[in-house]
Amino acid sequence: MNLELHKVAVRQLAFGAKTGVSNGVLTVNKEELKALLLKDDRLAAVEFDLAHPGDSTRIMPVKDAIEPRCKLEGQGEVFPGFIGPVESVGSGKTLVLEGMAVLTTGRLVAPQEGIVDMTGPGAPYTPFSQTCNLVVVLTPREDIKLHHAEETCRMAGLKTAHYLASQCKAAKADHTESYDFPPLTQAMQAYPGLPKVAYVYMLQSQGLLHDTWVYGVDAKRTLPTLISPTETMDGAIISGNCVSACDKNNTYVHLNNPIIKALYKRHGKEINFVGVVITNENVTLADKQRSSSYAIKLAEMLGVDAAVISEEGFGNPDADLVLNCVKAEKAGIKTVLVTDEYAGANGASQSLADSCQEGNAVVTGGNANETIVLPPMAKVIGDIGQADVIAGGFFGSKRPDGSLEVEIQAILAATNELGFSKIGAYTI
Amino acid sequence: MAYRVIHYINQFFGGIGGEEKADIAPEVRDGVAGPGMGLAKLLGDKAEIVATIICGDNYCVGNQEEVGKFIVDTLKKYNADALIAGPAFNAGRYGMASGFACSAAAAAGYTTLTGMYPENPGVELYKANTYIVPTTDSAAGMGKALPVMAALFAKILSGEKLGTAEAEGYIERGVRINTFYEEVGAERAVAMLLKKIKGEPFTTEYKMPVFDRVTPRPGVKDLSKATIALVTSGGIVPMGNPDHIAASSARNYGGYEIDGVTDLVSGKYQTAHGGYDQTYANQDPDRVLPVDVLRDLEKEGKIGKLYHTFYTTVGNGTAVGNAKKWGEEIGKQLKDNNVQAVILTST
Repeated sequence: MNLELHKVAVRQLAFGAKTGVSNGVLTVNKEELKALLLKDDRLAAVEFDLAHPGDSTRIMPVKDAIEPRCKLEGQGEVFPGFIGPVESVGSGKTLVLEGMAVLTTGRLVAPQEGIVDMTGPGAPYTPFSQTCNLVVVLTPREDIKLHHAEETCRMAGLKTAHYLASQCKAAKADHTESYDFPPLTQAMQAYPGLPKVAYVYMLQSQGLLHDTWVYGVDAKRTLPTLISPTETMDGAIISGNCVSACDKNNTYVHLNNPIIKALYKRHGKEINFVGVVITNENVTLADKQRSSSYAIKLAEMLGVDAAVISEEGFGNPDADLVLNCVKAEKAGIKTVLVTDEYAGANGASQSLADSCQEGNAVVTGGNANETIVLPPMAKVIGDIGQADVIAGGFFGSKRPDGSLEVEIQAILAATNELGFSKIGAYTI
Repeated sequence: MAYRVIHYINQFFGGIGGEEKADIAPEVRDGVAGPGMGLAKLLGDKAEIVATIICGDNYCVGNQEEVGKFIVDTLKKYNADALIAGPAFNAGRYGMASGFACSAAAAAGYTTLTGMYPENPGVELYKANTYIVPTTDSAAGMGKALPVMAALFAKILSGEKLGTAEAEGYIERGVRINTFYEEVGAERAVAMLLKKIKGEPFTTEYKMPVFDRVTPRPGVKDLSKATIALVTSGGIVPMGNPDHIAASSARNYGGYEIDGVTDLVSGKYQTAHGGYDQTYANQDPDRVLPVDVLRDLEKEGKIGKLYHTFYTTVGNGTAVGNAKKWGEEIGKQLKDNNVQAVILTST
């Protein structure tokens, strides 16, 4: 499989009469987009707003972040099972509006996803302070059930992202990236002498608003399986999470998985990157045992020497991380684990809920319990009233002057466990 | 401008007396006393010891609230920036007092440092709260300890970012500090994997913890006579969450009476937990805290009785240190009230 990403740089967003991109400015026809989203009769209202890097703007609570993409050539359409048909993606050409994100917000469920500050001390903690953001403010109808509200909002984000990219198909790419994923027969014979490496990609599937979808299938109803890394770039994996924003993988980071990028960078030079195994994080012990055994068995079938294993979430999934690690190391597969920490506000508690001595190589996205004061912003998009009950907030988080005292847990992608940002932690 | 420092020492090093004077209340003297003289010289023009607190070791350990207040009041009175204590070497109570003094000052926002022998019990108790320089086990090591303490203290006071315990020469505090690295996590992970594959040395960013293991108690012999309590980390609280237990990273727990309550009905109880979909717990809170079933068992005579209070917190992202402390408190209350068994429910 070969996928070309045609990346069109977006440096500014504006509302206007016709949706399209020109000289780095993406113009959005609000009415057209609103009409498209309101076809879903479960929505009572939709509004749009813009946020650029450096603006004195706070967006909260953000449910999902999505990068606009659409197919230019090749089978299927992005976000298969939701936007595209359930056809395989990951080949051909895909248009990407780079430098921007669609952020969905509104009062969806409580407690729910996180905060994005476009400036100030909170900004370095979220990658979305660096993107130009089209914020979709959603109001689901009051008489619909919570889970339908979640689905409605999830779909609205995907529809918006696909719509924007689709209106820019004629734009010339600023740069193109090409990713190749050969058949296994070739992959196994390529680069003799280089160690074979797989990526074990753990997907949040605790259920009940901790969900991930693969080709439209709820990840908790899947066995671990192989996926081409190029499929992830076409949105084969999307987020259905609403809880603890710091370390849930939103759709944007699935599309731009940095571990896949880092493995590709060294592919053919220092390693032979032969495959991605996706696995889940279900809550029952039998599921955990089954999935970890199956995922590591797939890695063994690939005959790999080593694997990067990334977790999603914390607490309960720490058990899945540890099972994957122990089973891989026992099978002779060397592992590096990517996780984050809940070491308490003072940093002195143990950071994980499960542990194994085999886990001797760990990369961390930092301590999510660290508290931060986010000063007031000139503008708030969404609902600041959620601060006291957002995961990472507490009663009294919202101060009278409009500032917020929260754990970085409340900030979108702050301690991302795909290693998306530079944050980490060390022991003093 | 030199930083203003208060030095904390015990009755012995303050020249008041030995063990027989360990009960003296804290007092403050202007300027230096005892080992403070040597310390002051070493600190030079970087910091000035403006006063010395002298306190009996037993008094400090036994009257922490009062001594803590005395320390913070003294820091304020002298307009001080920092507190240095000891060194305490391997004197157990002096170590605990020095560690406590630093903790109290640190909690009020002051820079602190002390020195003691690594096996002094004060290390384990207070290392998370303060920098502790390792010393020899006896005061014979004073000459060696003071220069190390002074140098590290000056560095901390200057606001310079400290490296790891190993690099800087203090006892590892076991405290995790967030930082921004040069490379993103994914790049760091693949670089670490390459080293591991090649068999080259690498440094993990987090050493996996070693857990406490608790041996389960033997089963209850006769449930029909037992008082059973319900305790949950599933966040079930009376409607309105009166004690404001946070949705994640709880800072407290609650105890609520359920005398006469046979069923946790929707609208009277709810969950405060932010780590799972609240829909089903709010529809029927018994799903998380099964009061209804235990009342049935009580009526059927299968259990003696359900304890009159349930304890609850939110287990979502809550620090293990807090959970342990609350668990001990709840356990003690249950034991003092003759509860024979506890059903712990999670989510």
